[in-house]
Amino acid sequence: MLIRKPDGIRSSEITDERHYVRRREFIKVVGGAAVALGASPFLGATGPATQSPIPNYKPKAITVNEKLNTFEEITSYNNFYEFGTGKEDPQRHAGRLTTSPWVVKVDGLCGKPADYHLEDLIKPHQLEERIYRLRCVEAWSMVVPWIGIPLAAVIKRAEPTSKATFVEFTTLHRPSEMFGQKQPALVWPYVEGLRMDEANHPLAILAVGLYGKTLMNQNGAPVRLVVPWKYGFKSIKSIVRIRFVDRMPKTAWNVSNPGEYGFYSNVNPAVDHPRWTQARERRIGEGGLFGQRRATLMFNGYGDQVASLYAGMDLKKLY
Amino acid sequence: MPRLIKPFVFLAALSPFLWLVFRALTDRLTVNPIEDITLTTGIWALRMLVISLAITPLRRLSGWNRVIPYRRTFGLFAFFYAALHLATYFLDQGFGLEFIVADVLKRRFITVGMLAFVLMVPLAITSTKGWIRRLGKRWVTLHRLVYISGVLAVVHYLWKVKISAGPPVYYAVIVGVLLGLRVFWALRKRSRKAPSAA
Repeated sequence: MLIRKPDGIRSSEITDERHYVRRREFIKVVGGAAVALGASPFLGATGPATQSPIPNYKPKAITVNEKLNTFEEITSYNNFYEFGTGKEDPQRHAGRLTTSPWVVKVDGLCGKPADYHLEDLIKPHQLEERIYRLRCVEAWSMVVPWIGIPLAAVIKRAEPTSKATFVEFTTLHRPSEMFGQKQPALVWPYVEGLRMDEANHPLAILAVGLYGKTLMNQNGAPVRLVVPWKYGFKSIKSIVRIRFVDRMPKTAWNVSNPGEYGFYSNVNPAVDHPRWTQARERRIGEGGLFGQRRATLMFNGYGDQVASLYAGMDLKKLY
Repeated sequence: MPRLIKPFVFLAALSPFLWLVFRALTDRLTVNPIEDITLTTGIWALRMLVISLAITPLRRLSGWNRVIPYRRTFGLFAFFYAALHLATYFLDQGFGLEFIVADVLKRRFITVGMLAFVLMVPLAITSTKGWIRRLGKRWVTLHRLVYISGVLAVVHYLWKVKISAGPPVYYAVIVGVLLGLRVFWALRKRSRKAPSAA
């Protein structure tokens, strides 16, 4: 088993009865066999709002030579409209989201469609820490130590057919716990997508953790996409479906405002957002009130690795 | 009692600023403090403007004449918060004039926001008793500029947010109603005069 119980168990980590009960119900529902009974971080042993440590990940598999943002910064300043449009709303409201049990449907144009319990989706693969820059379309940025698995590995397992040219991702739709979905801020559920070659790029990951622990709900628990060379909104949170399709998915922000948010949305300092410049960004935690903005890098600094994906494309038109 | 109202109103209108200073000094701003200050001062500028625009209709509907002096109080506070909002924007741009000029010319939401503020400058200057006396009837005409500022401020907010739902729309509706009432009253006054002229 990939995720082992840590040796010293604090009382706060011991599953309380309610979760055992819920877990048993869940096991009945899905047939039991798929779910291991050992305590697993992904089964929400300590309840939905807290985190569990992730053992056995490869630290700093990929990193940047920049100062990491603090846990506090990464978890208190989020765009996650399912929990409200303010930056601090997700921290305030995401705690009530139940992330266990969690099933991810993998379907569409592939040879092996399946409904995976999250643990089974992750288990066969080596978890790695990936320290990536995150550049929000709103011209702020952070450096985040994600833990996850290559998206390409999950794609490979599903055996997409030759007709599959895009991958579509969908966020959970549960207005009872995600009150933002009761407002028509965006078309719910949130949908994102990547071209097949983008999705198979080794930098694209499915993240399940942050700073050595499972994700906080406001960061997209229990599983989210991280595509570091694109604006943050492409990295869809709390994923319940991964679908292989043969046409460009209708992505949430693109549907809401096609003139401002393109399908590709690669970080590009030369293509301004209609309402602000993308040439510079504010690195969260850098310099305080009187700090200067820093220059934004093409493909968020990952050009050496990803530029070839877009060879011959006019990125001013296909923004 | 009435003597206490004035300082109370003043303090109430100042309290968002005091709260902001308190948050800044005690590390309670978000991790993007400059954005936090920009948004806070911006929304309070708009709120003060809306309150000042609400006072004339309030008097007219309630017959409560004592509210009139506060039109100026709230108008000046709107200017105060708008000035802080603008100063924070300059700070955010590192006072880089080339960035600011390009931004104002290129981005319509900044253009209208800047215009809303510029139109408030003469109003703030001529808000003193001396100027009211000196300008006479022209003062009333001049201060109608605030209607344009109100519309521009709402447009600035609508164009600034990523989606047109929620608060910016509410503010647009409120300003629409407050200005619509004035239009309605002006038209009614004219139509009452009209029959006698016919």
